[in-house]
Amino acid sequence: MKKRFVVACCLLCISLLSAPVSFAAAGAIRIGGLFAVTGPAAFLGEPERNSAKMVVDEINAAGGIKGRKLELVTYDTAGDATKAVQLATKLIRDDKVVAIIGPSTTGESMAVIPVAEKEQIPLISCSAGIKITDPLKKWIFKTAQNDTLAVGRIFEQLQKQKLTKVSILTVSDGFGSSGREQLKAQAATFGIAIVSDDTYSPKDTDMTSQLTKIRGIKPDVIICWGTNPGPAVIAKNAKQLGLKIPLYMSHGVSSKKFIDLAGDAAEGIRLPSGKVLVADVLPASDPQKKSLLAFVKDYQNHFKTEGDHFGGHAWDAVMLLKGAFENGANTPAAVRDQLEKTKQFHGIGGTFNYSSHDHAGLGKEAFVLVEVKNKDWVIVK
Amino acid sequence: MNRDLIKFLAFATLILATPQVLSGSYLMNVLLFVGIHTMLAIGLNLLLGYAGQISLGHAGFFGLGAYLSGILTATYGWNPWLAMPLAASVVGGLAFLIGFPILKLKGHYLAMATLGMGIIMYIIFNETIGLTGGPSGLSGIPAISIGSLAFDSDQKNFYLIWSFTLGMTLLTLNLTNSRIGRALRAVHDSEVAAQVLGINARLLKVQIFALSAVISSIAGTLYAHTMTFISPTSFGFNFSVELLTMVVIGGLGSIYGSFLGAALLTLLPEFLRGAQDYDIIIYGALLMVMVKYMPGGLVRGVPDLFRKLLKKRGARHA
Amino acid sequence: MQFDQLLQYLLSGLSTGAIYALIGIGFSIIYNATGIINFAQGEFVMLGGMLTLLFLETCKLPLWAAIPCAISVATASGILFERLAIRPLRQPTPINLVIITIGGSILIRGLSMLLWGKDTHAIPPFSGEEPIAVGGATILPQHLWILGITLLIIAANKFFFYYTVSGKAMRACAYNRRAAGLVGIDVRRMVLFSFIISSAMGSVAGIIVAPLTMTAYDVGVMLGLKGFCAAIIGGMSSGGATVVGGLVLGVLESLGAGLISSGYKDAIAFIILLLILFIRPQGLFGKAQSERV
Repeated sequence: MKKRFVVACCLLCISLLSAPVSFAAAGAIRIGGLFAVTGPAAFLGEPERNSAKMVVDEINAAGGIKGRKLELVTYDTAGDATKAVQLATKLIRDDKVVAIIGPSTTGESMAVIPVAEKEQIPLISCSAGIKITDPLKKWIFKTAQNDTLAVGRIFEQLQKQKLTKVSILTVSDGFGSSGREQLKAQAATFGIAIVSDDTYSPKDTDMTSQLTKIRGIKPDVIICWGTNPGPAVIAKNAKQLGLKIPLYMSHGVSSKKFIDLAGDAAEGIRLPSGKVLVADVLPASDPQKKSLLAFVKDYQNHFKTEGDHFGGHAWDAVMLLKGAFENGANTPAAVRDQLEKTKQFHGIGGTFNYSSHDHAGLGKEAFVLVEVKNKDWVIVK
Repeated sequence: MNRDLIKFLAFATLILATPQVLSGSYLMNVLLFVGIHTMLAIGLNLLLGYAGQISLGHAGFFGLGAYLSGILTATYGWNPWLAMPLAASVVGGLAFLIGFPILKLKGHYLAMATLGMGIIMYIIFNETIGLTGGPSGLSGIPAISIGSLAFDSDQKNFYLIWSFTLGMTLLTLNLTNSRIGRALRAVHDSEVAAQVLGINARLLKVQIFALSAVISSIAGTLYAHTMTFISPTSFGFNFSVELLTMVVIGGLGSIYGSFLGAALLTLLPEFLRGAQDYDIIIYGALLMVMVKYMPGGLVRGVPDLFRKLLKKRGARHA
Repeated sequence: MQFDQLLQYLLSGLSTGAIYALIGIGFSIIYNATGIINFAQGEFVMLGGMLTLLFLETCKLPLWAAIPCAISVATASGILFERLAIRPLRQPTPINLVIITIGGSILIRGLSMLLWGKDTHAIPPFSGEEPIAVGGATILPQHLWILGITLLIIAANKFFFYYTVSGKAMRACAYNRRAAGLVGIDVRRMVLFSFIISSAMGSVAGIIVAPLTMTAYDVGVMLGLKGFCAAIIGGMSSGGATVVGGLVLGVLESLGAGLISSGYKDAIAFIILLLILFIRPQGLFGKAQSERV
């Protein structure tokens, strides 16, 4: 009995000591990554970490940046704001990174922002919340498209079709509440009335109650804002109830995964998406096409699954930093200044143009409206 | 009493000396959270270890303290030193009121009721978007300051948080060694017998429940002003369970045990980070191993282990 | 407020509630045999769904074969859990048992995450997806499966506990473990039995609900919590009262979401539960007991 305990202790000690201690390779440029690889936001964090690692490896394989290797230190925040703050501090104090990519969720980003601002380290967030860069913060940039743009894309389409009565059904987490806020804020500008406003919890397994209530209200359109698996459940519930009302989703489910989960119930559903979803059918004239195809192909080769636009956020962030380093930036302050000068960078999320008054850098052309047809995505003209 | 005081002073000196060693490193930042968690664990231990009443909803009180002072300072521009006692008295008052019906329950019904209470509070944090910012959180909470001295670095926050934690430690040590402490232990062993001895068991339980809520609330206020940002996910059911784990792993009914439990569970993820995706498995397995081999918690298990090791060596020498 | 709307709320609530009931009974069976609140119960629900997926997709078995395979593997892990975590415990105080089952659930969840990844997966329904109209409301064939299997399991439970020797022995353990031991019942074997039955039931719940709700490594937490609530409303009985508890919880949630506020639906359910507990501290169906000192 005692012996077993001693063995257990020894095993523990070994596992603690063998924790990899990273030493900076001579002259390497070290950047940090904070991704929610586990926990409820793992669907964001995992592709982000994968993409960031993939592109850093590629840069190094091609000889690094001006002969210097790029080194990426990533930590898993598990989607927890407290952990994100601790780990950001760790990246800055212990790992002495010149810039940080991430975190994955808006909540974590908002928690980390004061740290990055205080320590004066540039941070490129991979989360969508508009609050991250609005109001503008000196050291904070982001690559994920603002929710504003996604909402705008849907409302434009509704305006075109003269549909004005909208019911919204949003998930009660950071992603959903940011979407809900934007949906309500922008409705009036497009002459749209929100006739009902419901939510569901991220782990709910049945949304027929909410949909039954919405059916009674008879809106022109239902907009659902959430990430997998909720929207797939909603699509199935809507089919069960025989709802004939058009259903719009958010870019939170713009991946093949959604069609797999929702099955037949996905047919006819529309949503705004980054162009990565439809990379192969984009016109050749699209400036992003080259980056998109490269990203999709690489991701498929490395991880045997489809690359999505979440991974794209981290890909863009690394490439933006690469650009800054190539322009001679060495210190955190110089990286920040160079990032702010980025113009016409054709990434995965869109074409980035940062400036001293815009640290989000994307226009509304970053989104296309897509529809599920025959278990695949097609662009809505 | 004297021996207890010496023990406490040694503990306090040890804690307050750490910044000299770790100054400027990231571990300083982790130690802030060890302090906050210790305070929470002590609060819960009073209830669970001394009064024998379980709570699966203490994260709610922690969150309420954080949100009340966060909202008062960030939205209404209050001074944190005013917001903290106000938040604590609101939380304490609320706990006192809920305490009467809730502590009438026993065993798993009490677990269920406190769990429900915690979940209701979590949902309120999440849904009252106008006040709390909802799931996207509340930002812009100012750091605590005294005059022109703002507690805005890890080093300064360390002293702030740990002076509160050490104060709580001293307070609870005194409390548990007093008449009230003895009364509590009597209630723990047999409520009926305690009542026969003239202890108002019901009132006593409710008072301890309220006190432990007040401690959690103060910890919440300190947390909010250290992080300067709060969101509901930090105050969910999982955190209540984590607190419970800290208390049990540390040792029920031991104030220093609560410190050990809080320190272990807060520092553990730092050491497990090297294990990458395996950390959660090691964490789960470790919990099970701990309970199996140290059922009395660290505070009793570690000395036992030493004693056994010494005995073994002694036997060999003889 | 139309009748068909109300009917839909009720039907949705009942079918969700049936699942809570199944999981809840798993909690009660273990609690009655051992005094343990098994926080890992939700993980067996998750294992049911994920293992079915494994046998369907990796082993390419048909659904009718994948399901029994999944149940047996989940049950085996229940046995393993009892043998490795519960039985060797030196000081089985209730609170230590709570922590060890929490540790166990973290471990099982972590292993599943490594094994199957973090993605959500869909499982095909047992018999089509054509909605069935019931007086203005609609349900899916899968809902009928859920209600049917739940009823079947409850009936089987009743039969087991009241008409078989092992079942009666387990009930004896629930009333008084020491007395049961004195009359020659092997209490430890009964504990193992209780883990076998409840992990099997948990996995069945996970399998029949997966086609509707999909499954992932972390679905067990929420479902476990809801099942726990159902069991407590039912006063930790392993029969009808817990079923009623589950159904009440499901219907409260559904009505709360439809009629009052979808954001507060869980809060509404819990507030009602708290009120019930405040008025009846011995549980919804419990008789007031005089305490033995």
